[in-house]
Amino acid sequence: MELFELTIHELHDRLKRKEVSSVEATRSCLDRIEAVEPQVNAFITVTPEEALAAAEAADRRIAVGDMDILTGIPVALKDIFLTRGVRTTCASRILENFVPPYDATSWLKLKERGAVLVGKLNQDEFAMGSSCESSAFGPTRNPWALDRIPGGSSGGSAAAIAAREATATLGTDTGGSIRQPASHCGCVGLKPTYGRVSRYGVIAYASSLDQVGPVARDVADCAAMLGAVAGYDPKDSTSVDLPVPDYGKALAKDLKGVKVGLPREYFIPGLDPDVKKALDEAVDTFRRLGAEFREISLPHTDYAVASYYLIATAEASSNLARYDGVRFGHRAAGAKGLQEMFARSRDEGFGPEVKRRIMLGTYALSSGYYDAYYLKAQRVRTLIMQDFIRAFADVDTILTPVAPTPAFRVGEKTSDPLQMYLSDIFTIPVNLAGTCGISVPAGLSSEGLPIGLQLIGRPFGEETILRAAYAFEQATEWHNHKAQI
Amino acid sequence: MKITQAEVEHVAHLARLELTDEEKETFTGQMDAILAYVEKLNELDTSGIVPTAHAVPMENAFRDDVETPSIGVENALANAPDRVDGFFRVPKVIE
Repeated sequence: MELFELTIHELHDRLKRKEVSSVEATRSCLDRIEAVEPQVNAFITVTPEEALAAAEAADRRIAVGDMDILTGIPVALKDIFLTRGVRTTCASRILENFVPPYDATSWLKLKERGAVLVGKLNQDEFAMGSSCESSAFGPTRNPWALDRIPGGSSGGSAAAIAAREATATLGTDTGGSIRQPASHCGCVGLKPTYGRVSRYGVIAYASSLDQVGPVARDVADCAAMLGAVAGYDPKDSTSVDLPVPDYGKALAKDLKGVKVGLPREYFIPGLDPDVKKALDEAVDTFRRLGAEFREISLPHTDYAVASYYLIATAEASSNLARYDGVRFGHRAAGAKGLQEMFARSRDEGFGPEVKRRIMLGTYALSSGYYDAYYLKAQRVRTLIMQDFIRAFADVDTILTPVAPTPAFRVGEKTSDPLQMYLSDIFTIPVNLAGTCGISVPAGLSSEGLPIGLQLIGRPFGEETILRAAYAFEQATEWHNHKAQI
Repeated sequence: MKITQAEVEHVAHLARLELTDEEKETFTGQMDAILAYVEKLNELDTSGIVPTAHAVPMENAFRDDVETPSIGVENALANAPDRVDGFFRVPKVIE
């Protein structure tokens, strides 16, 4: 078995027993990246020299026994994470040559443990998208079928895991951007509770919704990554000061006494038959593991997409105001005045989806419309949160599909933005409610495309969803299937 | 029509985006469709519901007023499109 095929836990064992070195594992990933990138395009920037230097340093630590689960492990980061000295673009022309002067806290935590950065991953521009098609650096392809999207916005993260280009990755999730690509690419993706992981150094899209999380090979790897990056950060005033549990200890193989909710609003008549079949079979598996099911209602589900596309775009219009060509990023050439410089720099630097969302958000916040749109959406957000609070009085976790269909074809939905937005229906409510959710492989479609299932947990209930996801994973074979690339 | 091209031009100015004529036309149509969709929020009676600005029950995240090093002038200017000494240079601000 090639080193690039190992999970974090498998590689860690071999590193610990000195059977392999981090340099060998890193070289294996770098060779793999070179081999498949022409087809996959998961990376915007690959960092071979820095990676090998970091791997050598990791090997020196391992030699003296100074190691933990992530030391020497090749990782890749969505290009939304600031990496000091390494170009960070957020998949936008407006940051095409931006080299950050500081590290994101979540990356710094991995770096301090000796993780090895192999490169920065492709995504939808400024995390705005569900298909990785809005990247200024070309779309990433789904390794399971190269004519399909990998999902978005963390499409590069999920594709890199599916194509075995990195052992583990980090992504971000604002409306489903970790969970949906994980589902489309047959890997595990977890969005923690809002405030669980620091957003310091993560390029902001929608500040009340953005969260950092792992996209990895299996649930145990996800647990390890989450444990490494979670925790209070004084540099992020929205991070929550709660102790970080040992997520690995939460993993169990049975679900006796665990109450699972099935929300009737998610199991709609139009659900793709392959998705429905995978979820039905999953319910049977959960029952065999000892879980008890309750039908629940999340009555405001149908309003989540509308609420999200007002709140997220409003916050984005504010967050992206900083890209003005003054201090960093693209500046239009030959502008004769300040206003022209602003307007042309932004028009030249931003792609159409980003402009569309800035426009929507600006409109929703503008005088005369603020109450009708932004404030209204925030009130609906409260109703959605209350739906979850009520549900979690009766159940421990909620089981839902992740996406209404398996991965669609590149180009299939780009002409109708609204159609694209509507496909986020199952993931968005979790972000609005600020709680946690995990996507885990649950089947393959009749065309051989991965289908994931989502487990939603209470705020700071990551242990419960990790436990349920692990038990399900270990009772099925889906995590052993891999893309033939 | 939920939004006219004139309104789109006004919003583009607020957002400091210089759109081409083609972009203005496309965005008008697309924004119109999206704004028509979000009208469904008006199906809900939200009188008396407090808006949620922040998902986690937290307030007043303070820190001690202690000076700590900042990133420094060189780091701050490292990505400057145009600089002069320790300053960012921009087109004339005041006519």
